[in-house]
Amino acid sequence: MNLARRILVGVPYLWLLVLFLVPFGIVLKISLSDIALAIPPYTPTLDLSEGWAAVGEYFAALDLENYVFLTTDDLYWKAYLSSLKIATLSTVLTLLVGFPIAYGMARAPAEWRPALLMMVILPFWTSFLIRVYAWMGILSTEGILNQFLLWIGVINEPLIILNTNIAVYIGIVYTYLPFMILPIYSTLEKMDESLLEAAEDLGCSRTQAFWFVTAPLSRPGVIAGCFLVFIPALGEFVIPSLLGGSRTLMIGKVLWEEFFNNRDWPVASAVAVILLLILIIPIVLFQRNQENQREAGR
Amino acid sequence: MRRLSGFNIVSLTLGFAFLYIPMIILVIYSFNSSKLVTVWAGFSTKWYGELLHNEAMIDAAWVTIRVAFFSSTIATVLGTMAAYVLVRRGRFAGRTLFSGMIYAPLVMPEVITGLSLLLLFIAIGMDRGVLTIVLAHTTFSMCYVSVVVSSRLITFDQSLEEAALDLGASPFEAFRLVTLPIIAPAVISGWLLAFTLSLDDLVIASFASGPSATTLPIKIYSSVRLGVSPEINALSTIIIAIVTVGVLSASIISKRQITRRMKEEAAAG
Repeated sequence: MNLARRILVGVPYLWLLVLFLVPFGIVLKISLSDIALAIPPYTPTLDLSEGWAAVGEYFAALDLENYVFLTTDDLYWKAYLSSLKIATLSTVLTLLVGFPIAYGMARAPAEWRPALLMMVILPFWTSFLIRVYAWMGILSTEGILNQFLLWIGVINEPLIILNTNIAVYIGIVYTYLPFMILPIYSTLEKMDESLLEAAEDLGCSRTQAFWFVTAPLSRPGVIAGCFLVFIPALGEFVIPSLLGGSRTLMIGKVLWEEFFNNRDWPVASAVAVILLLILIIPIVLFQRNQENQREAGR
Repeated sequence: MRRLSGFNIVSLTLGFAFLYIPMIILVIYSFNSSKLVTVWAGFSTKWYGELLHNEAMIDAAWVTIRVAFFSSTIATVLGTMAAYVLVRRGRFAGRTLFSGMIYAPLVMPEVITGLSLLLLFIAIGMDRGVLTIVLAHTTFSMCYVSVVVSSRLITFDQSLEEAALDLGASPFEAFRLVTLPIIAPAVISGWLLAFTLSLDDLVIASFASGPSATTLPIKIYSSVRLGVSPEINALSTIIIAIVTVGVLSASIISKRQITRRMKEEAAAG
């Protein structure tokens, strides 16, 4: 029994320690190292066979140089700021698009709701990459959208959307929309309809009833949805890489290029550490929101 | 009685149009005979034929399916164990760290997870290939499985397990004969989720794979980066079709199970 229990706790625990926590330690360590023309391309590397003196030297060789570099080169802090801006704005846009859909779903007749829910979940199961790719054909200068707009005569020459930040916003709103709709829908669906009737009986107009009753009650879902969009959008790579242009600065893309194109592992690691530090605040807030909701649900 | 207002109907229609029109356009243009994806030149299935003869693509598809199968299976076992431990086993040393490690990968940017795993594989001198992708995918998808399974474990009546134990079942028997059948739908949907996440993943696989193993998303990404191609549209259509059939049949099966359970409960009550 005791052995079984130890295995039950131990195996997944050990797996996550080795493949999740330890790798972060390595990233942190490499972010303090220097780039080198070697395999692996950084220095120092630890050689335990040389005893304690080597360990001392090893730690002495670690420094914050890469972090200093990140502050001196414009590219990095501009990329962080621009990622924050893109992630924030697209979270707001996703909320504006997603809330009315979730609201409509929650108010639909009960027998429609499973089908509507299915229709929101289906795109979520379809490949992310494919959904981003779908927009490339739509947004390009000779794409469907421009053809359509030219045909109905709204514009005289094609709009340049693909490879701009606008395309990135569209991509994020489109791909993350289910993450916004689902938590909002689940709070709205649980809402007691008689509260709205009570509000209207007490003299609220329908709009007032929405703002005084529905909106506050949907708050946990809205918060969860916003975090579920904001957190991954901040580190997004695929969308800025396929839909954004050369001037689209997002930190996930910078990290990728630093690693794969410039082969500067220490700087890539330092970029990752800073991104993680930025994300700790929203991640902690998100988990607190989830725990509160779970407590309330019991 | 809830009633849909005009506003509700408009927002639902526009919302679902926004979600589905891009994919419908993608599918339509996979049947376009022109190489130019934006000019319609008549119906043709030739891109599907070319896809079947693209051996690099087919190899990548097999690698992807193998990786997805193994990683989702291991992830389901580990994730179910983790969920059981978190929901049923109360306090133990390092529980906070454990639950943190279960939830953190869900929100971790893929570039960070990918980079850190790659640096681990290099630090321990592991050759990158199918095995490293499986390890990487297992790690993040076990967390999703654990979340799905634990949400089911929380809602079901613990006294059933206790009754089995009182009647002389060993803890393992109680789990196998009582708990597992009840949480089975959640375990299956956890497996499906893990499988799809693995099929889908580009970023982590790019970091974890070496020259010896290319997955389908990596292949798609490298071809799509150069622009739109009708062959990729055809491939996307096939993937969309498989996912649609899979999701719809899974939902029909689970719906039947729910109706059966409700009938049984009605009969018992």
